[in-house]
Amino acid sequence: MSSENTYNYRVVRQFSIMTVVWGIVGMLVGVVIAAQMAWPQLNFDIAWLSFGRLRPLHTNAVIFAFGGSALFATSYYVVQRTCHVRLFSDGLAAFTFWGWQAVIVLAAITLPLGITSSKEYAELEWPIDLLITVVWVAYAVVFFGTLMQRRIKHIYVANWFYAGFIITIAVLHVVNSAAIPVSLWKSYSVYAGVQDAMIQWWYGHNAVGFFLTAGFLAIMYYFIPKQAARPVYSYRLSVVHFWALVFTYIWAGPHHLHYTALPDWAQSLGMVFSLILLAPSWGGMINGIMTLSGAWEKLRSDPILKFLIVSVSFYGMSTFEGPMMSIKTVNALSHYTDWTIGHVHSGALGWVGFISIGAMYYLIPRLFNRELYSVKLAEMHFWIATIGIVLYITSMWISGVMQGLMWRAVNTDGTLTYSFVESVQAMHPYYIIRFLGGALYLAGMLIMAYNLYRTVVGAKPYEAAIPAAAH
Amino acid sequence: MGVFHGIWTLLLLLVFLGIVVWVWSSRRKKHFEEAGRIPFQEEHPVSTGEDHKAEKNDG
Repeated sequence: MSSENTYNYRVVRQFSIMTVVWGIVGMLVGVVIAAQMAWPQLNFDIAWLSFGRLRPLHTNAVIFAFGGSALFATSYYVVQRTCHVRLFSDGLAAFTFWGWQAVIVLAAITLPLGITSSKEYAELEWPIDLLITVVWVAYAVVFFGTLMQRRIKHIYVANWFYAGFIITIAVLHVVNSAAIPVSLWKSYSVYAGVQDAMIQWWYGHNAVGFFLTAGFLAIMYYFIPKQAARPVYSYRLSVVHFWALVFTYIWAGPHHLHYTALPDWAQSLGMVFSLILLAPSWGGMINGIMTLSGAWEKLRSDPILKFLIVSVSFYGMSTFEGPMMSIKTVNALSHYTDWTIGHVHSGALGWVGFISIGAMYYLIPRLFNRELYSVKLAEMHFWIATIGIVLYITSMWISGVMQGLMWRAVNTDGTLTYSFVESVQAMHPYYIIRFLGGALYLAGMLIMAYNLYRTVVGAKPYEAAIPAAAH
Repeated sequence: MGVFHGIWTLLLLLVFLGIVVWVWSSRRKKHFEEAGRIPFQEEHPVSTGEDHKAEKNDG
């Protein structure tokens, strides 16, 4: 069969496998630093292994290596299968794979060495930023080039979410990473003071909104209907969902800067738009979950559907918690505490992690034309990971609220009731529980890796045929 | 500048409300129902003229 009549599964396979690999690496680093929080001597007094250097390695690995590979893999798969056309350019698609892997490897080398721009979630220094830009432009060319050649007239909603994600991340990355290099591995942001902070969190929150939300909503809109074998609950709601997110997400960033030097009106604006975000978020959540309406029994026997649907439930939970935490009076208690960490991980482990895992269980057997090796193991993975998340987020809620309350407690004479170290001591048991939760989640990933390895081992690469032309 | 921003925000709100009205207009119901079935058109060529039997009815 000539390549014109088949989909490009090669690049999807490569990104899918690396999703699992980088997932394990990133989560392992997460478990290591969680252990360091509970037992600080685990940094062994080696600078490379210190929390401050491993933490950005963890966030970059799970967001951009694990999440990023999942987004590349699924977007390349979905855009081909909903447009009935092969990827725009095999060469350019291969370049995005190797380019993205190079970025990840460079991050894994430079971050432990302490080379950082110190911008959260944008720590990589300027030469790597330039490489990211080139890879991202190639990604956009492949994705939009494929859309332009489509043989299905309507652009399916998942592709709209992928498109919004690709364009927005390009803009965010270029603007926030603007810097003046002073040497090969050191640069300074072109922005200063509170403007720098505002641009950073305009970037930071929209990285959440468009990388960790829009991109993964695209996964939801394709893989839940496919796995449930029924169309999305309301296609019209999905269109409104898309535009509502696009119109409101971009304004929410200032809630990261409550009670700082940022002007008060900007803080309040960020809070109001964060609250408005509840509506499109829950609209989308309902749309994803209600796709199963009338077929709920499928949840009982299908662990892949369990991952996908529970993922959307976590999306609903964390998009309720987020707006609540953006309210200034709530934020006065929650900010700088472990509550934030708990919130982030209910989104990261629950929403982003589970939807990616579900998509990989769906995708990888199909990319090799095999059946999943063991549904039982996938079921086991689901329960172990779920228990892990529950341990993680509940321990961080308790620890966070306790921290916040201890820090603000004052005696009748106005002096602080607790010294800082007393709050650190109180957190210790919860840090151990968090470590256990993270370790369980990582154990689930290892089960998945084994299951998928047994699924594909010895299989020949599979090239699926494009359906005959519609007329 | 403040007036411009106010008008611009209002304009964007109207554009969004316009999208909502457009999407939910009854004339486009069938179109969007068909669009929702695109992921399932993979294995079979798309037929024209005939309406596929919906797997569900979301009214």
